[in-house]
Amino acid sequence: MTLNTDWAVRWIKGSAAVVSEHRVELITLDREIGDGDHGENLDRGFSAVLPKLDDLPTDASPGDALKLVATTLISTVGGAAGPLYGTAYLKAAGAVAGQAELDGAALVAMLTAARDGIVLRGKAEAGDKTMVDAWTPAVDAAAKGLAAGLDEAAILDAAASAAEAGARATEPLVARKGRASYLGERAIGHRDPGAQSSALLLRVAADAAAGA
Amino acid sequence: MTGVSGKVGLVFVSHSAKIAEGLVELAAQMAAGTALAAAGGTDDGGVGTSFDRVAAAIAAVDSGVGVVVLCDLGSAILTAETAKDFLDDAVRERVVIVDAPLVEGAVAAAVEAEGGGDMAAVVSAARSAIGAFATEDKTSLDGGAAGPPEGYSRSVTIVNRDGLHARPAAEFVKLANTLDAPVTVNGKDARSLLGIMSMGLVKGSTVELVTPSVDGQPAVDSLAELIESGFGES
Repeated sequence: MTLNTDWAVRWIKGSAAVVSEHRVELITLDREIGDGDHGENLDRGFSAVLPKLDDLPTDASPGDALKLVATTLISTVGGAAGPLYGTAYLKAAGAVAGQAELDGAALVAMLTAARDGIVLRGKAEAGDKTMVDAWTPAVDAAAKGLAAGLDEAAILDAAASAAEAGARATEPLVARKGRASYLGERAIGHRDPGAQSSALLLRVAADAAAGA
Repeated sequence: MTGVSGKVGLVFVSHSAKIAEGLVELAAQMAAGTALAAAGGTDDGGVGTSFDRVAAAIAAVDSGVGVVVLCDLGSAILTAETAKDFLDDAVRERVVIVDAPLVEGAVAAAVEAEGGGDMAAVVSAARSAIGAFATEDKTSLDGGAAGPPEGYSRSVTIVNRDGLHARPAAEFVKLANTLDAPVTVNGKDARSLLGIMSMGLVKGSTVELVTPSVDGQPAVDSLAELIESGFGES
């Protein structure tokens, strides 16, 4: 099966639900090494997306839905996650603009564009203890999955698993970007909240495809 | 178009609405005729930065000459960059985000904009805040002890009550900017507001005004006379 707008909407609704469910966990992670607002900010952002989904035209593409998420997060999140995720969704939307259904190649292009958007905006590299540490392994796993002939749901599953491993792997790192970079070695032992939320969102994308 | 015609506008982005508004208040003391806009806090008044507030502030001060945006911590810069990305191409080209110490950069940029400086000059003034205070000790120890033999120098004593604080320093820098000759004050560029302010020159301090060529004598003299005039203070 290919991924259509129904999938994108399920992913977005699921993202709102999972962010709300993990709100306290993300706040706690962020309080340990940041300013403690990541869970609350993302929850506010995705909550603001939900009512707008009803206004999507019936012929909207997956890219249109992702663009709606981008502009809403940018306007409502308030912390660094707003511009970072906003840019990710915006670039993702651009990569698949006009396509009614996404095949594996489009999916990999979309994930790559999202990751590149985060890198462009935050200027972080792999190993800086940021979202990039979840996204880069996810993109690599997706590309590998595509090359191995996996279907879209399996590609997303591989990407989500790699993102989860990447998020866990931020724990021993010293942060080189963001508020946590002020903490130096005190950030060691704490998982990066942005990497964690990235992994959660990618898992929802996989679940939305598997349930289709 | 909004803002002040012909002048560069300034936007101050902070996580705190109070900080951004306070900066407008502070900078307006020295730049009453410049468009200054605060973009602090989130839409609901919390701590954070707002894309919409930054976008609105840029629109509010844009006279078509250019807009310089100064930001505090990390996400303020990300939000400002995102807001910039969403502007029309023509507008985006005249918006520059400067990553410099917010308070010092805002004051230096405001003084430059008030004096009619173009985009490059205002950006450069804001950037002068980077490290402006780092060499303070060194300068006060050995700054400008003796002028170059072939130039011209003059020692002047600060006479006004509060010394070269912000307003007199701004007046001094404005005059220095109108003069052709390069002049240093205890080794610091007379055109650098932050350089002058960072020396913390109080009443009774002696400063050495130096220019590398005798052609600069009128410039040194007019700056010396301004200092001796007491800037209109008692």
